[in-house]
Amino acid sequence: MRSDLINPFLKATVSTFQTMVNTVPTPQAPYVKAEPSLTHDVSGIIGLSGGAKGAVIISFPTRTALQTVSAFIGLNVTTIDADVTDAVGELANIIAGAAKADLQGLNVTISLPSVVVGTNHKVTTPKDIPSIVIPFTCSHGDFVVEVCIAVTEQK
Amino acid sequence: MKILLVDDSSTMRRIQKNTLASLGFTDVDEAEDGQDAVSKVGKTAYELVLMDWNMPNMTGIEALKAIRANPATAKVPVIMVTSESEKTRILEAIQAGATNYIVKPFTPDVLKEKLDALEK
Repeated sequence: MRSDLINPFLKATVSTFQTMVNTVPTPQAPYVKAEPSLTHDVSGIIGLSGGAKGAVIISFPTRTALQTVSAFIGLNVTTIDADVTDAVGELANIIAGAAKADLQGLNVTISLPSVVVGTNHKVTTPKDIPSIVIPFTCSHGDFVVEVCIAVTEQK
Repeated sequence: MKILLVDDSSTMRRIQKNTLASLGFTDVDEAEDGQDAVSKVGKTAYELVLMDWNMPNMTGIEALKAIRANPATAKVPVIMVTSESEKTRILEAIQAGATNYIVKPFTPDVLKEKLDALEK
């Protein structure tokens, strides 16, 4: 596990939640995902390309997604709708954007966000790229940020 | 002040619109991508454009260049509001004619500070 590749995403998640969602998430110990065993209800996905390839994925259970998005947009949301999926995609975008500035020496490009909604869905990442899961707890509930990243070029 | 908010995320448009309203700016239009922004800036005399970078159809930096290339819109203040936070990206935007730059995530105070700087 390369901490120089993972820490930027951890820091960016804490900073984004603190600034935009009004809560300070506490990271738990990161671990290597062996297989797509984790299940989620809402996932925001950003692809990485350029100096590194892979993806960053932020995943929530439904209740945490609703509470997080309510705090983010300043409006109480009670069902997973287009507003919620847009907000989860934007959170993923802000986290990935903030993290890539800290990926020193790499010229990483981030994709537009994609969002997956479905009870107990699993997110599969390429087997040839290590995938690190960072669990977080916050006042809105638990969520995870998964960082699947491999360097393709180094300056 | 007549403002155009450009972001493909309806969430970010809503958040910025609410923040602008809390600062007393209520004359705000919205655009969903760079193409939409260039079209609206060409038709309406905006006093400020808040422009995201990564958007489908036409990116914010492409839209900024198009606005600057048109003599009729070249002087419209454009503040980039984006998650693109590397120094090289900020430099690229300034060289393309961005009036100022806000990095997401940002607080309402940051937006207020940039608007205050614009009015000086």
